[in-house]
Amino acid sequence: MLEPLFPWREMRRMEREMDRMQREMERMFDTFFPRRRRWMEVEFPPLNIWTNNDQAIVTAELPGINPEELELSVNNDTLILRGKRLVNHLPEGARYQRRERFQGEFARSLQLPFAIDADKVEAHYENGVLTITLPRAEADKPKRIAVHAAESNGKEG
Amino acid sequence: MTEETRAIQVQQEQRPAVRETRSRRVFAPAVDIVETNDDILVLADMPGVRQDDLEVVLEKNVLTIRGTVQLPAMQDYDLEYAEYEGGDYERVFTLADDIDREKIEAEMKHGVLHLRLPKAGPARIRRIPVKTG
Repeated sequence: MLEPLFPWREMRRMEREMDRMQREMERMFDTFFPRRRRWMEVEFPPLNIWTNNDQAIVTAELPGINPEELELSVNNDTLILRGKRLVNHLPEGARYQRRERFQGEFARSLQLPFAIDADKVEAHYENGVLTITLPRAEADKPKRIAVHAAESNGKEG
Repeated sequence: MTEETRAIQVQQEQRPAVRETRSRRVFAPAVDIVETNDDILVLADMPGVRQDDLEVVLEKNVLTIRGTVQLPAMQDYDLEYAEYEGGDYERVFTLADDIDREKIEAEMKHGVLHLRLPKAGPARIRRIPVKTG
């Protein structure tokens, strides 16, 4: 059997497969024992990370914020997201009957599987969903090595 | 500010929790409900829902809010890590007060539903217009 060229890549592939299986299990579990309150489960905002060889896309469910007050920074392979969701100002005589939505400051830090070209990072906020595109740093990309055929191979000997 | 404690408007709710519909999950959105003398205000976190994909139904005193989400197409990517799953939103409330259904306002702003339900009938202090002769 051929040894994998990049052992870490093979490991990542296996990890992903494990994650996928785990999610599948959770999904099955949930149909029997539904999660009642999804919004209590994770830190605010919940994040998803998508990758391919060239870039990562991070999406965050961040409803009701002012995107101008959002602070994004990238250092090597780490993305930091900071911001706040303000407390509602209630009119005179108003009372809360129910209060479930996140309010206050938040900060999330995540490590991506590769180094990022910070100058090319783009972020887009639409319908309360933040999408951050993080291109992989050129220096971090695996290099393809061209194999040159020798001249004599061009003709049949 | 009135001294009396009013009966809670939202008496009960059928929480749909998580449910499978057309292979898409349905989540109960987090809500804030605020009562003023004249209205009930509902704020619901429904990220990914556009104004056109929002449905608000008031049938008798049962209020249903529903939003469908366009999930991003990520064919060329692997999901590396996930804290949330895309899906639609639905939540049902039973209201105690009568609502002036002609004046309901619903608007999506940055993925948050802003719903204003003006009180009607005895729930609200009736203002009698004074005619001049």
